[in-house]
Amino acid sequence: MTMDERTLVTERIDKLLASHPPATTPEREFWGAQFDHGLAWVQHPEDFGGCGVSPRWQAEVDRRIVEAGGSVRNRYLNVLGIGMGAGTLMAHADEQRQRRMLRPMFTCEEIWCQLFSEPGAGSDLAALSTTAVKEGDTWIVNGQKVWTTLAHLATWGLLVARTDPDVPKHAGLTYFVVDMQADGVDVRPLYQITGEAEFNEVYFDDVRINDDMRVGEVGQGWAVAMTTLMNERVAIGSNVAPRGSGAIAHALEAWRQHGGDDPVARDQLLRYWVEAEAQRLTTIRAGEARKSGTPGPEGSTGKLHWADLNKAITAFTIDLLGAEGMTYPGGYEFTRPDETANRAESPHKAFLRARANSIEGGTSEIMKNILGERVLGLPGEPRVDKNVPWREVPRS
Amino acid sequence: MTTATPAVSFAVTEEQRLLRATVRELVTARATSERVREVMLGDDGYDRDAWAELAQTGLTGLTIPERFGGAGASFAEVAIVIEEAGRRLLPVPLLSSAVLGTEAVLAAGTEQQCAALLPAVAEGATTLALAHLDQRGGLTSEPGVTARRDGGDWVLEGTAGYVVDGASADLVVTAAVSDDGLLLLVVPGESAGLARRPVEVLDLTRPMATLVYDGVRVGDDARLAADDAIVALHRALSAGVVAIACEQVGGASQMLEMTTAYARDRIQFGRAIGSFQAVKHRLAELLVQVESARSTAEHAARVLAEGDREELAIAAPMAKSYASEVFERASADGIQLHGGIGFTWEHDAHLYFKRAKATKLLLGSPSHHRALLAEVLGL
Repeated sequence: MTMDERTLVTERIDKLLASHPPATTPEREFWGAQFDHGLAWVQHPEDFGGCGVSPRWQAEVDRRIVEAGGSVRNRYLNVLGIGMGAGTLMAHADEQRQRRMLRPMFTCEEIWCQLFSEPGAGSDLAALSTTAVKEGDTWIVNGQKVWTTLAHLATWGLLVARTDPDVPKHAGLTYFVVDMQADGVDVRPLYQITGEAEFNEVYFDDVRINDDMRVGEVGQGWAVAMTTLMNERVAIGSNVAPRGSGAIAHALEAWRQHGGDDPVARDQLLRYWVEAEAQRLTTIRAGEARKSGTPGPEGSTGKLHWADLNKAITAFTIDLLGAEGMTYPGGYEFTRPDETANRAESPHKAFLRARANSIEGGTSEIMKNILGERVLGLPGEPRVDKNVPWREVPRS
Repeated sequence: MTTATPAVSFAVTEEQRLLRATVRELVTARATSERVREVMLGDDGYDRDAWAELAQTGLTGLTIPERFGGAGASFAEVAIVIEEAGRRLLPVPLLSSAVLGTEAVLAAGTEQQCAALLPAVAEGATTLALAHLDQRGGLTSEPGVTARRDGGDWVLEGTAGYVVDGASADLVVTAAVSDDGLLLLVVPGESAGLARRPVEVLDLTRPMATLVYDGVRVGDDARLAADDAIVALHRALSAGVVAIACEQVGGASQMLEMTTAYARDRIQFGRAIGSFQAVKHRLAELLVQVESARSTAEHAARVLAEGDREELAIAAPMAKSYASEVFERASADGIQLHGGIGFTWEHDAHLYFKRAKATKLLLGSPSHHRALLAEVLGL
């Protein structure tokens, strides 16, 4: 079976690279061809950008494309679409929607954003209060979303809204795809700790969504949203960077530039180096266990470990800089970066940006609940909102 | 500075899976709390029945080549056995004999010496220990024992401290300074002039002894003669460091499991205490640490198995420093989360706590290993 899959994938890659040499084919055209060859997300079926093989072959596809001088940066430019939206649409949307939306998502002709978090619903996402009320074949949406990456560039949004306030919180949600250009959608930059507006606030004022843009059944929005979130946490925690890269690289550089000779600081630096490497090795181990079909607890610890460690190392790096640690080189620019900010950048910006690591994609506190309850099998906290209609639950 | 990313593989073979299952079963049956306590308070030094069973299963000579009567396996397999033994604090001389002593003989012994010594070690009939530290436990270029030529013999004088299983070992591989430089000499435990004084140890499951050499005489064939003794000693100690990290991962995992089980069962305020986030989050943090420690230890064991000396210079101190601190924290938090019962002699938590502290300091503290790592990384 595996040999058949290897042959199938290899043949397709060869064909794609022969008919569309990445070095001379415009990016979007190449991504379109990649989709048509079933190599966009190999695990999905034929005609939907896949070829029905195990998802582990995707790494091989990407490797070959990069090797041939092609780009896989669409996964990054449209991270919410390709990383999270595609899996959700494949699992829950109707075929017409899938055919219409997946290809332009993969080619980045249409950027996607995710409209989940609200000012009053962060960790307790299921308590969200943006409403969708049905009138005939149309849903009327009102409310506010926050922490919305890429909303200012997005054509489509993945929206969860409350369609029934009189049942317990999880049961009253429905999932939609919303046209971000529709009347009543207002996207405003949300300036954050770095002075940049990487995220947005999105306001909905009587926005109309046709019922055929609903994903999943009415009242099933929570289950659909879980598909999206599981994809998100895997995406955040599973990148394997080279040894000594990322935050620890900044720390090493700062140590060298400032002629490090403090033995206490050296020991701390080594501590972080070791822990960063331990986390990196664990990510590799988790990846191998997943591939061999025997995933263990190591697969769930990555996001939490990385987030807390990244915060600690970036803060330590500023300490190493001494007086320079009191500066913010280049000043605070009130701009919108066109990519999310987890990339190589100054240690000063990395230090501030890292504060979000333990909040985005599930706070570290929530991650610990998940590890405690789902991996270690500990009982949950008593829930005061269980079996209570959403309307009657206290909210801040 | 080394930034190259080594090709790491954590793939587990079917044989390794089987080995782990076999060892776990054996160790769980042997190392009951009652039995571990009986041995640690007795005079035998280690569990001889358990050692005999390990020998029958071929686990006492895993890394010994087949031509010397061993299993010819790699350190990846040893790591599994040591981790599983560490889970239950099985009191047997795996570290002292199967790792430190065996590796020293393999690295420094001639073909004939290996053929003469190792078959009995592989069979479990003879146990080895390694005496390389001075009286105060310092690892210096000058150990506490000297060797002087006398006719065709060597005469040993001085004191070696903190010898793991030093009182029970049949043969003690002794590091001694001579006019010819550092030597490794195989000294029978029952030699005339050798006094073996048990140390009053923190961790009763792992005895140590102070060895006083007062004119101990051995023949020239006792000198391991194949390779530079310093290089051989270094190899044996690297293997020991990695073995300890694996053992610590076993102990930390067991402590985490014991504590998690307790947090599920123990009811206070009408709820399992594991439902309180103050308890749950602490256990979740431990899980993260234990899984990461496991990665460093398994990585180091595989690097050692592949003989990649350059990467081992990074992997071994990394694993030892990290796993030491994780085990210490897991065992300390384990006592805290067990509350009052965790502080009693009757409960096993203190055995793990003591093992954690003792192994943290055995063969180099975490800060010592971080300093070694700093040197390798050029920091």
